[in-house]
Amino acid sequence: MLAVLSGLGFVVTLYLAFVYAPFEPVLLFNQKIFYYHVPHAFMLFAATATCGVCSLVFLKKRTPKWDDLALASAEVAVLFGAAVLISGSIWAKAAWDLWWTWEKRLTMSLLLWLVLVGYVLVRRFAGASADRLAAGLAVFGTLGIPFIYTMVDKSDHHPQAGSGGNVMTLTGPMKLVFWSCVLTFFLWFLTLVMMRVQSARAERELRELREQGLDAGLLT
Amino acid sequence: MSVLQHAARIAWKDLRIELRSKEIVYTMAFFGGLIVVIYAMAFPVRPALVRAATPGMLWVALAFAGTIGLGRAFDRERENDTMRALLLAPIPRLSVFGGKAIAIAVMVLSVAAVCTPLLALFLQAPLFEHPLPLVLVLVLGAIGFANVGSVFAATLLKVRSRDVLLPVILYPILIPLFVSGTHATEALLAAPADLDKAWYWIGFLGIYDAAGLVMSLWIFESLVIE
Repeated sequence: MLAVLSGLGFVVTLYLAFVYAPFEPVLLFNQKIFYYHVPHAFMLFAATATCGVCSLVFLKKRTPKWDDLALASAEVAVLFGAAVLISGSIWAKAAWDLWWTWEKRLTMSLLLWLVLVGYVLVRRFAGASADRLAAGLAVFGTLGIPFIYTMVDKSDHHPQAGSGGNVMTLTGPMKLVFWSCVLTFFLWFLTLVMMRVQSARAERELRELREQGLDAGLLT
Repeated sequence: MSVLQHAARIAWKDLRIELRSKEIVYTMAFFGGLIVVIYAMAFPVRPALVRAATPGMLWVALAFAGTIGLGRAFDRERENDTMRALLLAPIPRLSVFGGKAIAIAVMVLSVAAVCTPLLALFLQAPLFEHPLPLVLVLVLGAIGFANVGSVFAATLLKVRSRDVLLPVILYPILIPLFVSGTHATEALLAAPADLDKAWYWIGFLGIYDAAGLVMSLWIFESLVIE
């Protein structure tokens, strides 16, 4: 159901973004990537927060379903983060003629993404007790977000290369198009997370069954 | 006895082992010194460059040497399976964490005590123009590193590829600490020194340490207990 809705959303937002929405007066055509880039960034932050909160609950309650959710949102966040960084880089080249600059939003997304990649690496390679270890990583990573935010805001290292402005100030058709893109990607995000949660749960149940089988002497 | 007294006792145990063998401090300090020498040879030593680059060199040296010491300090508990004994001891588990963190912080500071003068010597960096804020930055940095480091090194004890995973976990989390430490040191080194900025970053580090400490105390137990 969600998959169908987000699929429909993709088609509709393609039409909305490229045909319906007017050209932005300064950036003209290359502003179109904004409708895809910014919703991805929103989902990156939403997924990171989900991962951090679920990890904390998992550490406190030890119910594996929270861990499944944390894992799923972290992996999806890595994907969305990669999409944000790549599409952002393309846009930066088009708009500012730079592939990368240490502007505050770029810096923050990159640092956040690094924490998430660390999380996924730990899940993949740390073996048996990886779940709690990774949960600890997610909790500390999420704790760091306000610090990173203040840090990149205050330090004068980063050239202010004129970032896209505040999305809350959008008006008219652009506002409609933008928020329908956000909705589409949110549905898409939910679809991915739910599918990943199901497969994580299946993997976990298979592992537990196997252990039970080994204990009972049925498997060798 | 209180939590703090137990923590002090465990820290003293670790430091006494270290005072007898001197293994960790010697290797860490030597490694930190090596990094400084490599930097001094790898980058051109020009006065304008020195003021801008030295803070980064100092903090990277501390991060690398600190990670080595951290891994080794917890390996010691693993070799004789004494971590289990420590966790079984009839004391609050927070004291185990506290004791470990205090010992690590002292070791990191001893490395800083070697690297900082070496940087000043090799690069003619004016590091000692404002000694008090510099010491404060290093102490806060060591506390923050030891705090997060002990949580994860203790959790990693049971994990296969812990030597690889320790920096992979630690560095992304500690980015705020390293960056604010670097900014503070840089403000102290600037000509003329920007003391307001330095104190801003020192405060930032202090708040970061406090938040990290609260979080460690809250989740340490759920992380290390089976």
